[in-house]
Amino acid sequence: MTDQQQMDLRKDEVEAGTQTGLASPSVDVTSGRQNSLWSDAWGELRRNPLFWIGAVLGLVFTLMAVFPQLFARGAHPRSCDLANSRATPSAEHWFGFDQQGCDYLANVVYGARSSLIIGVTAVLVVLVLGVVVGAVAGYFGGFTDGLLSRLADIFYGLPLILGALVVLRSGVLGRGTFAVAIALAVFGWMTAMRLVRSQVIAVKSSDYVAAARAMGASSPRILVRHILPNAVAPVLVYATITIGVLIAAEATLTYLGVGLQRPAISWGLQIDAGQDLLRSAPHLVLFPSLVLTLTVMAFIMMGDALRDALDPRQRA
Amino acid sequence: MGRYVARRLLLTIPVLIGASFLIFALVYALPGDPIRALGGDRPLSPAVVAQLRDEFNLNDPLVIQYVKYVGDLLQGDLGTDFRGRPVSETIARVLPVTIRLALVAIAFEVLIGLVAGVLAGIRRNSFFDNLVLVSSTLVVSIPILVLAFVSQFLFGLKLGWFPIAGTQEGLYSYLLPGLVLASGSLAYVARLTRTSLAENLRADYVRTARAKGLPGHTVVIRHTLRNSLIPVITFIGADIGTLMGGAIVTESVFNLPGIGREVYNAVRAQEGAVVVGIVTLLVFFYIFFNLVVDVLYAVLDPRIRYD
Repeated sequence: MTDQQQMDLRKDEVEAGTQTGLASPSVDVTSGRQNSLWSDAWGELRRNPLFWIGAVLGLVFTLMAVFPQLFARGAHPRSCDLANSRATPSAEHWFGFDQQGCDYLANVVYGARSSLIIGVTAVLVVLVLGVVVGAVAGYFGGFTDGLLSRLADIFYGLPLILGALVVLRSGVLGRGTFAVAIALAVFGWMTAMRLVRSQVIAVKSSDYVAAARAMGASSPRILVRHILPNAVAPVLVYATITIGVLIAAEATLTYLGVGLQRPAISWGLQIDAGQDLLRSAPHLVLFPSLVLTLTVMAFIMMGDALRDALDPRQRA
Repeated sequence: MGRYVARRLLLTIPVLIGASFLIFALVYALPGDPIRALGGDRPLSPAVVAQLRDEFNLNDPLVIQYVKYVGDLLQGDLGTDFRGRPVSETIARVLPVTIRLALVAIAFEVLIGLVAGVLAGIRRNSFFDNLVLVSSTLVVSIPILVLAFVSQFLFGLKLGWFPIAGTQEGLYSYLLPGLVLASGSLAYVARLTRTSLAENLRADYVRTARAKGLPGHTVVIRHTLRNSLIPVITFIGADIGTLMGGAIVTESVFNLPGIGREVYNAVRAQEGAVVVGIVTLLVFFYIFFNLVVDVLYAVLDPRIRYD
């Protein structure tokens, strides 16, 4: 709150023309080529083993989502033989068979697609909502900001899973992949909004924005060309981590019975079906859980490494 | 400070109204007719249906229903579910379970997260420090759902160390679900403590303390730790509200009769009054603990002034 008041004060000063910054010329003119934030960050990333683990895992699961047949070892998830019901893993069938006698490796592999689609779609919607609402709130301030920030507070108070649970149960969004993605985004956009908002507030009173305004640039132009590029780094970090978080949330909702429904192939459904057989056939819960965890881990590791690389304070 | 608290309290009113109305509207949109579902196989007579619909204000438009609900709420009446049980009694029954679960989770955050963070922060870049960093990334990456099943299978079924489900064994049955619920925050607490401690150890006052010859542990415990723990304490405080709302999965897997499982069952059974009552309560807790934390922040760090 105090920070914001300070920022608002600075903004008022700029607008009143008392401190346009023109009087104090920049002395920090460095000669020679300076590395940009991004090339520095890439140099940092390349040396981070966690980033490579995350990136390789992410690539594998993306390939799995696009070309599942490459990973299924020739088995089809829907060709089942009840004689194989609940058979344990073997050299032929690495993940064993499920209750209906379907090859479990094929089922787990084919489950990647819906998880990734939902994770990526939901994050894209989160970004659109967060960037638009955050930029408007931060740039215009005052009453608009108050209203939009209270709106974010309202959604913040509602736990993600609980909110999505009620929305999906109510059926206002319909059913299926995109309904789940939208439900997650509707209750998950607030952090992106606050990130963008604080970035916008932090730079909107800077000299170059004042200069752009003095030259007659319109508000949308200032926002898009001069202010928002500053928010790209933190938002990128946030988005990468959030893909993982939302994939986990999707599996949870599906497990709770309001996400994807049969006959969709999904890790949440597999965990749900396996839980009653936890004593007799633990592999039915174990394998989808393992793959789900690795997928979530891939995105969280990449996001973590990206944050370390993009945050100059962490550098020695 | 008094003015700040008063203003914050006033700001919570629109948030509470907004959140409860949002949930109210969504519950209103739930499909099917809950009154008809009450009858089961034997349909209720039209007269009974009409009377029940009238009793639960189901014939009014959404906004009127909501206003009537808030009117009752302000008089301390949370309404009744469709079977005539007061919602306040349901909440009184399930709330203690969730509070106990959240407290156990907080205890784990402090015991494991804080201690690991302090040890890692003191010896930066040591083996233990890297261990904490890597393991916290791993723990954060495991979805609660997976962690709940794996620990239930491993520690409950295979090793038999903990009860698998239910609350029959008192506090002991809360340990495993509490640890599962705490896992994500625990890792975050460890990281936060580590970063905060490592940053403070570079501060001028620490150098001064060392220069005047204080022993190492005194510098860490008496000087550095007290400053470093401020952000950690505020995080843990705010986390109580988050944990209470995030317990749906943990309570479902471990079959704990708490708020999360109750609200989940209520959503499935379209018990609107129960859902709205519990969610409003959760939002209130969330806002309340955040306010407490913000005030605590100013108490702990005299540099922060809100007026």
